[in-house]
Amino acid sequence: MKYQSQSVAKPYFIAAIGLFVGQILFGLIMGLQYVIGDFLFPEIPFNVARMVHTNLLIVWLLFGFMGSTYYMVPEESKTELYSPKLAMLLFWVFLVAGALTIVGYLAVPYARLAELTGNDLLPTMGREFLEQPTITKIGIVIVALGFLFNVGMTLLRGRKTVITMVLFLGLVGLAVFFLFSFYNPHNPVLDKMFWWWVVHLWVEGVWELILGAILAFTLIKVTGVDREVIEKWLYVIIAMALITGLLGTGHHYFFIGTPEYWLWVGSVFSALEPIPFFMMTLFAFNMVNKRRRQHPNRVAVLWALGTGVMAFLGAGVWGFLHTLAPVNYYTHGSQITAAHGHMAFYGAYVMIVLTMISYAMPMLNGREAANSNKSQVTEMWGFWLMTVSMVFITLFLTGAGILQVYLQRFSDTPLPFMIVQDKIELFYWLREVAGVIFLLGLIVYIVSFFVKGEEARLKPAEQTLVE
Amino acid sequence: MNETFTKSMARNIFFGGSMFFFLLLVGLSADTVQRLPERDNRENLTAQVALGKKVWEDNNCLGCHTLLGEGAYFAPELGNVYVRYGNSKEAIKGFITSRPVDGIPGRRSMPQFNMSEEELDAIAEFLKYMSEIDTNDWPPNVQG
Repeated sequence: MKYQSQSVAKPYFIAAIGLFVGQILFGLIMGLQYVIGDFLFPEIPFNVARMVHTNLLIVWLLFGFMGSTYYMVPEESKTELYSPKLAMLLFWVFLVAGALTIVGYLAVPYARLAELTGNDLLPTMGREFLEQPTITKIGIVIVALGFLFNVGMTLLRGRKTVITMVLFLGLVGLAVFFLFSFYNPHNPVLDKMFWWWVVHLWVEGVWELILGAILAFTLIKVTGVDREVIEKWLYVIIAMALITGLLGTGHHYFFIGTPEYWLWVGSVFSALEPIPFFMMTLFAFNMVNKRRRQHPNRVAVLWALGTGVMAFLGAGVWGFLHTLAPVNYYTHGSQITAAHGHMAFYGAYVMIVLTMISYAMPMLNGREAANSNKSQVTEMWGFWLMTVSMVFITLFLTGAGILQVYLQRFSDTPLPFMIVQDKIELFYWLREVAGVIFLLGLIVYIVSFFVKGEEARLKPAEQTLVE
Repeated sequence: MNETFTKSMARNIFFGGSMFFFLLLVGLSADTVQRLPERDNRENLTAQVALGKKVWEDNNCLGCHTLLGEGAYFAPELGNVYVRYGNSKEAIKGFITSRPVDGIPGRRSMPQFNMSEEELDAIAEFLKYMSEIDTNDWPPNVQG
């Protein structure tokens, strides 16, 4: 760790992992509710479990992005953080507000929560992923502004690099597009249309800039490849991400009441959306092959490579599978969507945050460059258990989805939703088993932080290569 | 990547390309907003429908259901439930009020929301409204 203020990243990472555990536990509850319908009913109805599952995902990824930013920016800018105190203050504000929101979901019925938090004054609740009470949303904006101010001031006074520029652009975009969550017109078509300006323009837009910047940063560090080469790749990847992703929004405008031309615009541009992810895979493997040093943190390299591959599979391949309008006509809002969502989020955003944590945590814990080999091997077990079980979760949901689409929408005698759900129960059971293994992988991952042993060190010749 | 393709070219592609496509998205969205009146059934957007949408949101209905394919996949699509229930608002209201408080042993069941008569009318009217939006013929059949 070259700059003292980088240490504020640590609580962010710890909170991120803690919330990740919560996300997975609620995922397992939902998975069980799919097969045992009355599980925890009426105490934790499915919609509550789902809000907790998806909102925790978003919040822990945001903690991960912020922690990554605080770790990267001082090192890139070659200066201490503008205000570590502000960073810590915002950490506690965000954590407490997030925790209170989750407690609110669990403690009272949602309609009561809406009433208690004054949703009538400015109704924004009850829309997918934007379920947070309006006051929480306002809190998120305040935290985001403070965060951007702190990072922006640091950037202004230090060295400007392509990585920090792209990262900052992504973070500003994240904050700006979130403002659309405050727009909730009575007209459901307008509502849906601009709801995607948060959801799609986040995950298939500006978040990809953050992803690209974190990946580029870690690859520079672990491979020692020339910054110029890596920055050129970064530009091309994020260019492709936005060129395809912005109009790719159209694949959500097929069937919500928007004009027919979106069927074409959405199909064409979203069919191109795998390109940036494919380039990311090429990028990661290329840089690792060209590496000028054998970094002792081998597990961070594994996470970086894994991010490329799994993001391409989940966001690219599984996205493409059902993105063309004639296919999507049958698969829209089915378990195919769930399959894609799981692998895309894990591959792109979960894995990039874990890449950064894997790279930075040893230094944040006072080590030179890496954990002990024993600890790394344990972490690799976590990597493979989580990644392989996510592949199976995706495959089982895809199986469920194909059957669902056929039985409910494609066959000559379409069956009602609930009858179909009974018929595909086996796939839901298999998904739940894979989910339990994912949790095991997560536990192994966390255990790796506590595995001791002699730390893996840079070889003397490599030390000179470290910036 | 070879040497003739420089970093500044890559940067220009990024800024130029993303700016161009962002403006195109804004332009197409503006055009869409202009055309929506032909498709979004807004002539029937009464205060009662607006209340129905609010009831829908206040009870987090899409935490289980999909509405025009968006939401959760735990419970049936409701964008066309009005049609599925034989164009009957009474049938929708009847289903909502008949949900057992403690659920159904071993099965998925909708919670009992204890809605007022006004809310029930509004939500039924809202679901009727949704079924009359021009969605390019989605869903493929009445099962949703």
